[in-house]
Amino acid sequence: MSASRPKESLRDAYGQTLAELGALDPRMVVLDADLSGSTRTALFGQKFPERFFNVGVMEPTMMTIAAGLALGGRTVFASTFAVFAAGQAYNTVRQSICYNHANVKIVATHGGLLVGGDGGTHQMVEDIGLMRGLPGMTVVVPADAPTTRAAVRAVAERDGPAYLRLPRENLPVVTDGSFKIGVAAELRSGADLTIVAVGALVARALEVAEELSHVGVSTRVLDLASVKPFDAPALLRAARETGALLVLEEHSVLTGVGALVAATTAENYPVPVRRVGVPDVFGESGEPWALLDRYGMSKERIREEAWELLRLRGKVQ
Amino acid sequence: MAEEISAELVSSLEAKAREIRRSIIRMTYAAGGGHPGGSLSVTDLLTALFFGEMRYDPEHPDGPDRDRLVLSKGHAAPAFYGALAARGVIPAAELLTLRKLGSRLQGHVDRNKLPWVEAATGCLGQGIGMSVGMALDARLARRPSRVYAILGDGECQAGLTWEALMAGGHYRLSNLTVILDRNGLETDGSTESIMSIEPIADKFRAFRYHTIEIDGHDFRQILGALAEARRVTEQPTAIVARTVKGKGVSFMEGQHSWHGKAPSRAEAEQALAELGASLEAPAR
Repeated sequence: MSASRPKESLRDAYGQTLAELGALDPRMVVLDADLSGSTRTALFGQKFPERFFNVGVMEPTMMTIAAGLALGGRTVFASTFAVFAAGQAYNTVRQSICYNHANVKIVATHGGLLVGGDGGTHQMVEDIGLMRGLPGMTVVVPADAPTTRAAVRAVAERDGPAYLRLPRENLPVVTDGSFKIGVAAELRSGADLTIVAVGALVARALEVAEELSHVGVSTRVLDLASVKPFDAPALLRAARETGALLVLEEHSVLTGVGALVAATTAENYPVPVRRVGVPDVFGESGEPWALLDRYGMSKERIREEAWELLRLRGKVQ
Repeated sequence: MAEEISAELVSSLEAKAREIRRSIIRMTYAAGGGHPGGSLSVTDLLTALFFGEMRYDPEHPDGPDRDRLVLSKGHAAPAFYGALAARGVIPAAELLTLRKLGSRLQGHVDRNKLPWVEAATGCLGQGIGMSVGMALDARLARRPSRVYAILGDGECQAGLTWEALMAGGHYRLSNLTVILDRNGLETDGSTESIMSIEPIADKFRAFRYHTIEIDGHDFRQILGALAEARRVTEQPTAIVARTVKGKGVSFMEGQHSWHGKAPSRAEAEQALAELGASLEAPAR
């Protein structure tokens, strides 16, 4: 947790941006599956009730209806929790939306462990892997509210399916909101080590980088919000220039951003890579931020992995 | 069912249907695979839609006001391709590329390959939802388009189907017509022995559909039901079309084993003889 930076709701940023876009594009429609208060699509629904469809608890079919609307030439947003959007609805997202190249933007809230008290059934830590494996899918994991606003606009302007993953928790503002699809944001420059992070862990990456600077370690921080397409040149530049990559994600390390970074560097410019994220387990109920610590994403763990990489590179004893 | 349906129209539709059935046999034989049984059962329904009911311009498959056909039972692709060929949209010779590498004629209908396909389908239970979305889109845009969704009966075991049907009823989509190809058989046997879907017409009524039960091989009844659907307001229509799997080929009729296998050469020759043609007959 960052005590110093102000926190904002990414979900509020989403709902407000949707309502703004709805005024600009009179054909845009929004769907939700009985969670419009939580996802904030209600902010659009209140302004444009005739273009808002709350279909109830039928997430897989929400995706098929969204596809049908999009095939008529509309930009469609569909929202629910990540566990339903990417998990329950996976095959309708695959066939009805992705296979048909339907212009549907899935904005999934309550991604990751930060769901908290609802427990492991609802803590979706496999969604990035599932969604980035789909041909044609754009995948974005914003780290804060400004990036969320920019990302919602960016995917609306880009034809084709997209998946945005937002957390339930408010997050500190860490970017200037200059997000672009396919571009990694270098939030901090550095030469000894690079931390690549997405979502809630970008703030922790910056905190650890700051701490390391006090002992003379220069740490680059890349926000890889655009997971697909991802900024391979920025990753490989970081590999060349800093020699080691530490990846932080609130997601399973098996299939997430760490796996992506490891594969990209192994194929193109092999350097030591360490993955910090959820191991091969489900979560459990608990206080949101305590869950990150409990499941291997504590600042202590991040620091340890950073030092391990620096040792591997011979930069410290 | 008051509209006049002439004997000439019926006999021309029967001729088109026979041509499509011949194509189904020829292309599944050439492919060495595919789904002849459910293609033959749905042929008359597709014929009535393509040559009697639907407003669309084959030259402009993206015309905004066209009627939409979604083949939710996407495995009946051979019947769909046969109808496109009978309509002159694709060359008859192309039919023999079904399921082959590089062909536009995918094993399940695919809009990426063929512009006359409204939506790729085949994972059962998804076509109805896309049809609901298309019908909502047309209503929001105040377009006159009607949406026809062809549903298989095995597909009625899928929860997705009922979610989507529920949405169609809830939104009172009078521009949506769901046609059930009720041939009674799925891959492993009869629907009623595997997982009963009856009383299916009552289920559609309970989901707020104006429900019509017909013989799905009688063109007067099919066209009559489609005309009736056009006159319904404030609710969608479901047409329960009782059909015969493998219709038109004696040894395929009523046999679930013909759901997903191709005829041998001898079987294809016999089937085509029954349909008044032969394997060697030049493509039109």
